[in-house]
Amino acid sequence: LDYQHVQVPFEITLWIMLASLAKIGFHLYNKLPSVVPESCLLIFVGLIMGGIIYGLNDRSPPVMDSDIFFLYLLPPIVLDAGYFMPSRPFFENIGTILLYAVVGTIWNVFGIGFSLYGICQVKAFRLQDVSLLHNLLFGSLIAAVDPVAVLAVFEEIHVNEKLHILVFGESLLNDAVTVVLYKLFRSFCEMPTIKSVDVFAGVGKFFVVGLGGVLVGLSFGFTAAFTTRFTKDIRVIEPLFVFLYSYLSYLTAEMFHLSGIVAIISCAMGMKRYVEANISLKSHTTVKYFMKMWSSVSDTLIFIFLGVSTIGENHEWNWPYICFTVIFCLIWRALGVLVLTFFVNRFHVNTITSKDQFIIAYGGLRGAICFSLVFLLPDFHRKKLFIAATTVVILFTVFIQGMTIRPLVDLLAVKRKRESAPTVGEQIHIRFLDHLLAGIEDISGHWGQYYWKDKLEYFNSKYLQKILLREYDQPKSSIVLLYEKLERKHAMELAQAGQLGHSPAQPPFLSSDRTVITDQKLEDTLNPAVLDNIQEILARNLYRIRRTGPAYNRHTLPGDSEPAEQAKEILILRHKSL
Amino acid sequence: SREDFQRIPELAINPLGDRIINAFFPEGEDQVNFRGFMRTLAHFRPIEDNEKSKDQNGPEPLNSRSNKLHFAFRLYDLDKDDKISRDELLQVLRMMVGVNISDEQLGSIADRTIQEADQDGDSAISFAEFVKVLEKVDVEQKMSIRFLH
Repeated sequence: LDYQHVQVPFEITLWIMLASLAKIGFHLYNKLPSVVPESCLLIFVGLIMGGIIYGLNDRSPPVMDSDIFFLYLLPPIVLDAGYFMPSRPFFENIGTILLYAVVGTIWNVFGIGFSLYGICQVKAFRLQDVSLLHNLLFGSLIAAVDPVAVLAVFEEIHVNEKLHILVFGESLLNDAVTVVLYKLFRSFCEMPTIKSVDVFAGVGKFFVVGLGGVLVGLSFGFTAAFTTRFTKDIRVIEPLFVFLYSYLSYLTAEMFHLSGIVAIISCAMGMKRYVEANISLKSHTTVKYFMKMWSSVSDTLIFIFLGVSTIGENHEWNWPYICFTVIFCLIWRALGVLVLTFFVNRFHVNTITSKDQFIIAYGGLRGAICFSLVFLLPDFHRKKLFIAATTVVILFTVFIQGMTIRPLVDLLAVKRKRESAPTVGEQIHIRFLDHLLAGIEDISGHWGQYYWKDKLEYFNSKYLQKILLREYDQPKSSIVLLYEKLERKHAMELAQAGQLGHSPAQPPFLSSDRTVITDQKLEDTLNPAVLDNIQEILARNLYRIRRTGPAYNRHTLPGDSEPAEQAKEILILRHKSL
Repeated sequence: SREDFQRIPELAINPLGDRIINAFFPEGEDQVNFRGFMRTLAHFRPIEDNEKSKDQNGPEPLNSRSNKLHFAFRLYDLDKDDKISRDELLQVLRMMVGVNISDEQLGSIADRTIQEADQDGDSAISFAEFVKVLEKVDVEQKMSIRFLH
C-alpha cells in the first residue's frame, strides 16, 4: 500500500469529488435549491466534514491555506466572471460602480474600524488592548464585498440587469481598494511611528494598484488576441492560450503587488472580442465549457473549505465584539449605499430606486476573501478573536442574508430580469438609437457616454482590428450576426423536425422577392440546388458564429434557454404568409 | 444652414448624420433658427416626475416617451406616410451595417424584422408596432441627455 506516493493528488481529487457529489445531491431534491442557496448547503457540508475530521483526529482539521485560495481557487472564478461579463451594462454604469467600489469601501473600512475601536474602549468588554490600528486592519479586510458569494447568491435570484451589474461590478472592483488598505495597515502595524507622508503614499499607491492592474491586464489581453491571430493551423491548443494569458496576467499583477482581480478582469474583457473572432467555433465552445467547469469546481471547493475551517480551536469567542462587528457591517453598508446613491442620482438620468438601494445594501455579502486575508494576518495575541469574528460575519451574511434575499426580492417586487429572446428588430432599433444619440450629442457638444462609445468604436475599427484580427475583411456587425444565429437555429430546428424535406417555406436567405415565393409550388422533394445552397450557407455561418446573447449565468450556459416555441411560431407565421 | 451642421466632423462619419440634420429643419426650409433648434433638442430632455401632475388635457410635452419614439420613427420614415416600408428599412440597414453584406441577406434581415413586428399584416411597420417592439427597451432613459446641468 503505497499511500505516501499518491497522497497529495489523491486527497485533492477526493475533495473535488466530494464537492461535485454534494452538488448532485442538492439538485436531486428539487425544492431545496430554491429555498436555500447552494453556497449555504456547501458550507453546511463543509461543517459536517470538518466535524468528522475533528472527531476522528481530535485536532483541528486542515485550514484552507491562503496561498491555495489566492493562487488556485480564486482566479478561475474571476476569469469566468470577467469573460462573460455583459460589457454594455457594465460600461454604461461604470461611474456608479467605481463610486461604490472605491468610495463605498473606504467609507465602510473607516466606519467599521472606528466604531469597533469605540467599542473596545468600553471597559466592560475587556478589549482595551486592541488598538486603533488593529481595528482598522480588521475593518479593511471585513468591509469588502466578496465576488464569489455575491455571484453564488445573485445568479439564482435573477434581479434586473442593472442591479445585478452594480453589485457584481462593485464586488469585483473593490479588490483594488482592499489590497491597498490591507497592505497599508499591515505595514503600519509594523512601523513604530506613522507620518502623514506615509498616508499620502498610501493614497497614491491606490491609484498605482488600480491602474497598474488594468494596464497589466490589457497588455496581456492584447497579446493573447495577437497570438490567436496566428493559430490557424493548430486549432487544438487555441483554448489554452486564453487560459494561460489570463492566469499569467493575474500572477504578474500579484507579483508586483498590484490588484490581481482587476488585472484578470481587464485581460478577459479586452481579449474577448478579438479572440472570439479569431478562434474556431469548437475552440470557442471548449473555452466556454472549461471556464464554467473550473469556476464551478473552485466555487464549490471554496465553500466547503470555509465550512471545514470553521470547526476547530482557532477561535476566541468574545461575544460583544463579534455581535458589534456584525451590526456595524450592516449599518455602515446601508449608510454608505444611501449616501452614495443620493449623489449618483443627482448626476444621472436613470435613478436607482429605493428598492434597488435596499437590495444593494443587503446584497453586500462577505465571503472567502475575508477569510483568507484574516489567516494571513501576522500572529499577534488577538488574532483568534479576529478569526472568530470574521467567521461569524461570513456565516451570517451567507446564511441569513443569502437565504432571505430571495423572499425579500419577491416581497418588494424588485424589477426582475426580462426573460425574452433577442429579436433582430430590437437589435436594429437599439443600434439606430445609439447612432441617433451619438449624433445629437455631437450637435449639442455634450460629451456623454455615446460620444465616448463612438470614439472607442472608431479607434477600434481603425487601428485595433487591423492588428489583432486575423481576417480583417470588415467583420460583420452584430445585427447580421444575431440574424445569422437565429436563422441557423431555425434551420436546424426545421431539419430536426424533418420538415426540410417537404417544406414549402423558401429558405429565407435566398428569397429576395415576395412574388417569386408565391409562384413556387409545394413540392415533396426540395430542389437539390437549393438544398446545396442551404448547406453551404450554413457551413459558412457556422464557422463565424458568435454569441450575442443575454447576461451571464453561472450554471446554465447562455443561449441554452432560448425557447424553441418562438422558432416554431415564426415557422408557422412564415407558412401563413406564403 | 445645413452646411454648418455638416462641418461637425463626427457627424460626417455618423451613418445617420444626414437624417439627423434633416430632422432639425422643418418642412422645406433651409435655415433653422434657435427656436427650431431648441424644439428638436427638447425631445431629448429627461422625463421629470412633476410633469405628470400637470394638466392631462393639454398637449403632451415634447419629451414624453411617445414623442421621443415619434422622433425616431420620423427618421426612418422619409416619405412620411406613417409606416416604415421594407425599402425604408433597407436603406437604414444598409447605412448601419456596412458594405460587405449582400443585398439578399440584407433583404432577408429586413423581412425578418418586419415579420417580427408586423401585426396587421401590411408588411410595413406602423408607429404602434414600432412602439411595441421597443416596449422592453428603456427609451425614456436611453433617449435623454442632461443638457446644461
